[in-house]
Amino acid sequence: MPILLSVENLHKAFKVSAKRPGAPKLRLKAVDGVSFEIEAGETLGLVGESGCGKSTVGKLLLRLIEPDDGIIRFADKSVTGMPKRELTALRRDMQMIFQDPFSSLNPRMRVGEIIGEPLVVHDLVNGKDPRNQVLTLMDKVGLSAEHYDRYPHEFSGGQRQRIGIARTLAVQPRLVVADEPVSALDLSIQAQIVNLLKDLQEEFGLTYLFISHDLGVIEHVCDRVAVMYLGRIVEIASAEDLYDRPRHPYTEALMNAVPVPDPNRHRQKQVLSGEIPSPIDPPTGCHFHPRCPYAKDICQKEYPVLSEQLPGHKAACHFSAEVGDFRTTINQDSTGG
Amino acid sequence: MSSFFREVLWTRLKRNRMAMAGALIVFAMFCFAMLAPVSGRDPGAIDIVHRLQPPSLDYPLGTDDLGRDVLARILYGARISLLVGFVAVGIATFIGILLGALAGFYGRWIDSLIMRFVDIMLCFPSFFLILAVIAFLEPSIWNIMIIIGLTSWMGVARLVRAEFLSLRERDFVVAARAIGARDTRIIFRHILPNAMSPVLVSATLGIAGAILTESALSFLGIGVQPPTPSWGNMLIAGKQTLGTAWWLSVFPGLAILFTVLGYNLLGEGIRDAMDPRIKD
Repeated sequence: MPILLSVENLHKAFKVSAKRPGAPKLRLKAVDGVSFEIEAGETLGLVGESGCGKSTVGKLLLRLIEPDDGIIRFADKSVTGMPKRELTALRRDMQMIFQDPFSSLNPRMRVGEIIGEPLVVHDLVNGKDPRNQVLTLMDKVGLSAEHYDRYPHEFSGGQRQRIGIARTLAVQPRLVVADEPVSALDLSIQAQIVNLLKDLQEEFGLTYLFISHDLGVIEHVCDRVAVMYLGRIVEIASAEDLYDRPRHPYTEALMNAVPVPDPNRHRQKQVLSGEIPSPIDPPTGCHFHPRCPYAKDICQKEYPVLSEQLPGHKAACHFSAEVGDFRTTINQDSTGG
Repeated sequence: MSSFFREVLWTRLKRNRMAMAGALIVFAMFCFAMLAPVSGRDPGAIDIVHRLQPPSLDYPLGTDDLGRDVLARILYGARISLLVGFVAVGIATFIGILLGALAGFYGRWIDSLIMRFVDIMLCFPSFFLILAVIAFLEPSIWNIMIIIGLTSWMGVARLVRAEFLSLRERDFVVAARAIGARDTRIIFRHILPNAMSPVLVSATLGIAGAILTESALSFLGIGVQPPTPSWGNMLIAGKQTLGTAWWLSVFPGLAILFTVLGYNLLGEGIRDAMDPRIKD
């Protein structure tokens, strides 16, 4: 498959207001040299703890935030070099689904207006009234025609997310950045929305950047997965390889933290110790070294480069060959059945 | 207005007795102003024979020193007060929304520029500014409305700016940007309708303020000019005869009192009804 989107060495730092007047202004490096590629038609997962910069990456791709440095290319056009007024055309190709279905819909607009707005903005309305086009979209995402004149507050979280997805599809985008699209939903609704997203991908040939902190959802949805820690990608591989054999201690720790819903399985837990360090003042060398069970002297001094460990499997760790030693061992309980 | 607005606001407002009392006064004042010509009374008819009559069946609120009917003059004065209130507040709200929206939406130097201008405007004691301007202009009712409007938009601008600052970070605004909507569309379709609630409260309270200012100016003789009746100039006309003909000052005074009270109660009621912290 051809590469639809490529990101090279993306940087974004936010200025943080100084704690006291006169103190030097601090910079929070939200995204610190991120590079990846997405092939047309695939789903790339972006995982990480909250605050690691994954949502910022999503917004940078659509230039909802201006990057400080780096190159974003979409279908051989440079997104980063595009003048602002040309962005409108880009908005047709790249769209976004938001995390919070309650704040991402304008409370003063009717559902029909919300879904039809992209059509109006891009002059895609056939004839005078976008109604029929909107009703088709609503049908695709599982909303019924009677919802057309309602307001967002009359809907549940899952239905609101469907409204948001219909709005995204209106312009027939090629790439959709889904920023934690199911994190705010009930578990039972999550599955419905995830399945809807997969169905729509098949029907419209969509490419997804799927941002989440939920490894379970990511494994279910994604073809490839990138793991982020403190503004950097620490590991990127096909979902299968990553879940089978993580090559970065952080990925391993994340996997160990996933609960296994089986009372007969007892695990020797290797839980991450310590807090996620502040991105304003990240640790020297490898950002993960203060919490890493494999850390040695070199990890404090040198940042490991993201390099190919196996074909298609990149990790940024000095000791990636050793990773796996602390993988949770699952013991069958001797008394259990 | 959306159904959310209608339902929530109205049900909450209905339960607030003080607000309903205010609404009733405001409504009554509208009726008086509308029905002034229907009363068949002429506010300008001079009748020297029946001058300074105390309230009676023929003249429910008495007559003034030229024998004019005080009731008729108060009814027609209500039209002036309403007109001044609405036009002045309309001007102030328009300017306030425009500048507040620009400052809050674009931020940076535009924000600094506009807000420093607001600070400068707030430095002037507005009543003396009005006095100074009136001294150069003809004291007509239109000049007064415009000047009151031009000196009272700063509060609205600050309110709107604050709303825009918080709303522009909300996801639905980011979503509108992601769709490719232009700035004007984002401002007028997405942010402004969600920022109108505090403006509505401010405008309701502002009407009371504008009516008071007009009365004060007319009282000082630089507002609405006689023989056009206004509550303010009726008040001053009755001053000399306060001891003998109390009805000349008391009734216009009460009219001002209740009208301002009505708008204030209604405004505060709307504010409470829209406060999300107050649960049903």
